[in-house]
Amino acid sequence: MADTVTVEKKGTVARIDTSGVYYRQLNARMRELVADGVRKIELISVCGQRYIGTDLSKPVDIKITGTPGNDLGAFMLGPRITVHGNAQDGCGNTMDDGLIVIHGHAGDIIGLSARGGKIFIRDDVGYRAGIHMKEYGEKKPALVIGGTAQDFLGEYMAGGTLVLLGLNLEEGQHHRANFIGTGMHGGVIYIRGSVADYQLGQEVGVAGLKAEDKKLLGGLVGEYAGYFGADAARILDSDFIKIYPRFLRPYGRLYAH
Amino acid sequence: MKTYLPAKFIVERDSERCIQCQVCVNQCTFDTHYYDGEDDIVKNREENCAGCHRCMTFCPTGALTIRRNLLEYRENYNWRPEVIEDIIKQAETGGMLLTGMGDDKEHRIYWDHLVLNASQVTNPSIDPLREPMELATYLGSKPDRVELDAKGRLKTKLPPQVRLEVPVMFAAMSYGAVSLNVHHSLARAATEMDTLWNTGEGGLHPSLYKYGQNTIVQVASGRFGVHQEYLDAGRVVEIKIGQGAKPGIGGHLPGGKVSHEVSLTRMIPTGTDALSPAPQHDIYSIEDLSQLVYALKEATNYTKPISVKIAAVHNSAAIASGMVRAGADIIVLDGLRGSTGAAPKVIRDNVGIPIELALAAVDTRLRQEGIRNRASLVVSGGIRNSGDVAKAIALGADACYIGTAALVALGCSVCQQCHTGKCAWGICTTDLSLTKRINPDIGARRLANLLRGWSLELKDMLGGMGINALESLRGNRLALRGVGLNDNELEVLGVRVAGS
Repeated sequence: MADTVTVEKKGTVARIDTSGVYYRQLNARMRELVADGVRKIELISVCGQRYIGTDLSKPVDIKITGTPGNDLGAFMLGPRITVHGNAQDGCGNTMDDGLIVIHGHAGDIIGLSARGGKIFIRDDVGYRAGIHMKEYGEKKPALVIGGTAQDFLGEYMAGGTLVLLGLNLEEGQHHRANFIGTGMHGGVIYIRGSVADYQLGQEVGVAGLKAEDKKLLGGLVGEYAGYFGADAARILDSDFIKIYPRFLRPYGRLYAH
Repeated sequence: MKTYLPAKFIVERDSERCIQCQVCVNQCTFDTHYYDGEDDIVKNREENCAGCHRCMTFCPTGALTIRRNLLEYRENYNWRPEVIEDIIKQAETGGMLLTGMGDDKEHRIYWDHLVLNASQVTNPSIDPLREPMELATYLGSKPDRVELDAKGRLKTKLPPQVRLEVPVMFAAMSYGAVSLNVHHSLARAATEMDTLWNTGEGGLHPSLYKYGQNTIVQVASGRFGVHQEYLDAGRVVEIKIGQGAKPGIGGHLPGGKVSHEVSLTRMIPTGTDALSPAPQHDIYSIEDLSQLVYALKEATNYTKPISVKIAAVHNSAAIASGMVRAGADIIVLDGLRGSTGAAPKVIRDNVGIPIELALAAVDTRLRQEGIRNRASLVVSGGIRNSGDVAKAIALGADACYIGTAALVALGCSVCQQCHTGKCAWGICTTDLSLTKRINPDIGARRLANLLRGWSLELKDMLGGMGINALESLRGNRLALRGVGLNDNELEVLGVRVAGS
């Protein structure tokens, strides 16, 4: 394991070959660079280093080649991360603000408890994506998934916007996720294509899109298309469903006082 | 549906003393007292009385007495009034019985079966009025060994430590469960007495950031109000896995309690339920816990101890070993009697183990594995007085949390109506007409007084044992003896029977 982290730095741009660099050294070095005024960091040969983008608290552009480890951008405030490769679990965990763009797949609990910022995943995600995202005032997180997702998508969701595009599904193929929106009590999920009733949590309803939904969805799909070179108009020219919470207080009637 | 529930209390109003001033009418939040204009007299609806004593305390003429309504059911040890009334309540509502505060059942309180030692003849006691006594406690991971340089200075870089002047901290009680004025009282008292208070899982109100150096900020499954500024504000970051009052289940702050100000700190819209799921959905294993511990260390740049709180359950010792190995700097065990703003009664009264046994088991296990130094051990759940604190320290704790005791200092009479949001003492409510009943200046004074009293008592107990630093009592189980305990209990507690 490398003891020192080699950095090529030009003005406010830095480039780090992360081969064999432990995450603690890498993140410590990145904190120093950002404190020194660096605003663009390129990380190459990333292989499993965790917590990249955490505790930088500045709008830094981070370009990653390889596979960043778990909790990419956890508690993140401000950075814009682009990954050319796949992301692992916990990407955008309790994220506050910033942007994460993944040119590939991502693992479980993507965007867990995110309170702001945007996450775009080009392909598929694992289980529990968008679980317990929440919003307050102007802060509304968005998670856009180009492919499909596994069970518990948007569980306990309390705010924000979750979009599932299913672009890699074959003709006639459906999303397989079950327990979608279980316990959901805020926010909205848009799904391209359809899901069967049994795939949904008991606390959600299904509706068509209204003008304001189309505007919100159109903006996010446009952004997705911009990052990944897709055709936004073609994506939007499909049937979408909106999944919404039926109650602000899903469990209000469980108790005797 | 007509309720079959009988009144729990009898309100006696001395008509000779009552001056119809209606203070009781205004003070009662359960609509027990009302003024009958026609008869020009204050009357009672006894079935509403929760036994909180607010009216009695504030009646200017001492006209009120609240007594238990001792129903003359036919004697039956199995079918006691509480059992019968719980069934009636469920038959009438079909819901889970909800309650507040901690387990109120007759489980053995081990503190009452442990006694402390004192010096007699063969070693002198120390007079704390004459000699300096040390209660200072450092929370945080301690290294396995330290290196000194030639001049005797410390070369080893220590993990972050927090110094407490008194080994008693205020337990996690979220804003939303308790009022902002309670948070202010706790924060000011903690600052004055140089100890810590805990935000609970409800975020930190902007007006409280200035007390950050004495604040533990909590990160729980709902992640309410968790963001960089919040993490930066605290002195310690605590991951809450479980709570003694309701091990294994989450929390539902009812939408009715999510007022404008509560929504501001929790960062959710007004009126929505604040749901804290049962597990943290990024923690399904010790490895996952480690991931969050280190995520928080990264997020705070390794400047703060990371605490992990669990409810005391059967396998606490093994779990605690995993927690230490996962990187926790402080371990918090919350016992069977741990309190809550709201929990299903069946969970509160039946799940978890007594804190005394859990503490002894965890301390023993960590010592056996040679990792006790790597984390501080904090216990909570029913700590009532400085005697309990001293015994906890002797059993192996570094410090204690108090929740209920702190609320009692503020006026709480343990009436167990926290879950109704109607707290007449203005503690466990977000109703602005009630929260003003706690004045933070007075609240902070009462809390600081309590800690001062306990500190004096702790010093007296230490002096009596002939030791002048709490550090010398810590984990010193020879200072304890058991009374009325069986062999198995003595073995788990690691304590000898009195007289041996």
